[in-house]
Amino acid sequence: MDFQLPHVDFRVMAPELFLFAWALVVITFDLGTKRRSGSATGYVALLGLVITGVILSITPEGAGFGAMFYNDAGSLFFKVIFLGAAFMAIGSSFGIMERKIQHHRGEFLGLILLSTVGMMFLASSNELLSLYIGLELTTIPLFVCAAFFKDNRLSVEAGIKYLIVGAMSSALLLYGISFLYGLSGTTDLLQMRVNIATTHLTFREIGLLPMLSVVLLVAGLGFKLALPPFHQWAPDVYEGAPTPVAAFLSVGSKAAGLVAFAKIMINGLQVFYEDIMAPNDWGLLVGILAGAAMVWGNVAAVRQTNIKRMLAFSSIAQAGYIMIGMLALNDIGLSSVSFYMFTYLFANMGAFAIVAIFEDKTGSTQIKSYSGLARTSPFYAASMSVFMLSLAGIPPLAGFFAKYYVFAAAIKMAGSNEIHQWLYWLVGVGLITSVFALYYYANVIKTMYFTPDESPYKLPLSLPGSAVVLIGLVGVILFGLMPGPVMDFASAIPAAFGLIAP
Amino acid sequence: MHHYLYLAAILFAIGTFGVITRRNVIGILMSLELMFNAVNINLVAFNKFVATEPLAGQLFAIFIVVVAAAEATVGLAIVLLVYRNWRGIETENFSVMKW
Repeated sequence: MDFQLPHVDFRVMAPELFLFAWALVVITFDLGTKRRSGSATGYVALLGLVITGVILSITPEGAGFGAMFYNDAGSLFFKVIFLGAAFMAIGSSFGIMERKIQHHRGEFLGLILLSTVGMMFLASSNELLSLYIGLELTTIPLFVCAAFFKDNRLSVEAGIKYLIVGAMSSALLLYGISFLYGLSGTTDLLQMRVNIATTHLTFREIGLLPMLSVVLLVAGLGFKLALPPFHQWAPDVYEGAPTPVAAFLSVGSKAAGLVAFAKIMINGLQVFYEDIMAPNDWGLLVGILAGAAMVWGNVAAVRQTNIKRMLAFSSIAQAGYIMIGMLALNDIGLSSVSFYMFTYLFANMGAFAIVAIFEDKTGSTQIKSYSGLARTSPFYAASMSVFMLSLAGIPPLAGFFAKYYVFAAAIKMAGSNEIHQWLYWLVGVGLITSVFALYYYANVIKTMYFTPDESPYKLPLSLPGSAVVLIGLVGVILFGLMPGPVMDFASAIPAAFGLIAP
Repeated sequence: MHHYLYLAAILFAIGTFGVITRRNVIGILMSLELMFNAVNINLVAFNKFVATEPLAGQLFAIFIVVVAAAEATVGLAIVLLVYRNWRGIETENFSVMKW
């Protein structure tokens, strides 16, 4: 048989290869020092992430392994988000490394780095097989990380729940992928778009198989993104998993799910969301899920007394807002999604970093334990307030502009064609639920500042943890005051997905 | 070809049913394997009858087998932790956190 290797260029995947090697270095370093390395292992891991970022900035764009590996503006932007999420997650895990997992530092850090490598491969893939491998490399290390406190029932329960849900969602996604492969005869997403477009007439009266395939794909990706009704795993896993892992899940893993969604549904299946397909397009299906996410996430978050569960429901709601932008397939839709994820990185990782520091000191994750924090630890209380306000979308913080861009993109899409007018309703739901969201975010601030303190704790300023909080704080305020540069950077992303002519 | 797709659909349905109804974590993991194998049958059948030239479907199936094995390994390791913590692997145990 005539078989040709595709054009292979390892330079474009240099950051991934380096980070993969560095993950092994971190594990070896911890073993080499007979597990007495102290916090040095953590700094080695952070150093690796910084070097990877530097390599990423000089990596050329282009294809690296046939169609399996692309480096373009979209993948570059999301890789920065993944690296940032890993950096802040590792930075806030020094506390648990000191006290709870001092004999397994290397494995913990190595697994988080490997998961980051998977996310980066996922962001660069443009082909179903490499996309699937990237997705699995992202989630399998996180199963282990979620169950990392081996003697803690909550953590093990989180691990097994995440494993079952993650594997099941992969199976659903794969079953959908197998039908896509059968329908288009290719696993290359760009080729798939062409093949599906040429057989357009048969899809117009949408058949059973394409419909089934789209439903399975949306269900599988819905599990990954924790969109209701596929969200039940998220609060339990976030509550039980170690706090830095929960933070990494809520930002890194969610961004990875978004990338997978954009790759499959927009790169491959954009045809199924074009005007002539209405109302049988995937847009309406995803729109219903996004609406459910905003309503249920925000309503359920109000009732929570545990701050990790509250942040879990808040992240479900945020996924709903992000999906609004994803549904706007125009020149600003995907860049608004990317900007949203970028600001969400700072706000959410910062908030989780404070939760991690608080949990290390007090062992509590109850919101009511935070009472009086403003008096004992003003820096952390003020930072937490800023993060909460940014998540709620209060100007001039970054979260406001993120929500503004997402809504603006959807309104532009809705105005472009009367078929898409239901997007106005979705934006309306988003605006109303934002008000709900303000209630529970403000509740945390109220507890810290105005509730008489029952058991005042003073949180120490420790180097990596406080630095992570500071990074989040600077990011939230800086990109709120001048979102322009990041938006310019993100504005190349829709072109990378072929939504507008480059 | 339809026979293969029906077989895969039946397998997938059995797997899904198993994941939802089994009370034993190992049973759930086995049902998950059924779901992955249904996907494999689908991919190989499509490769044989629809897209014959590149062997993408068969390669995909091999990759799924490998990844499913990795997933099962991690899964069994976590099941071991479950057993150590609860002295049992029934799903009724997992009610420390409420849905």
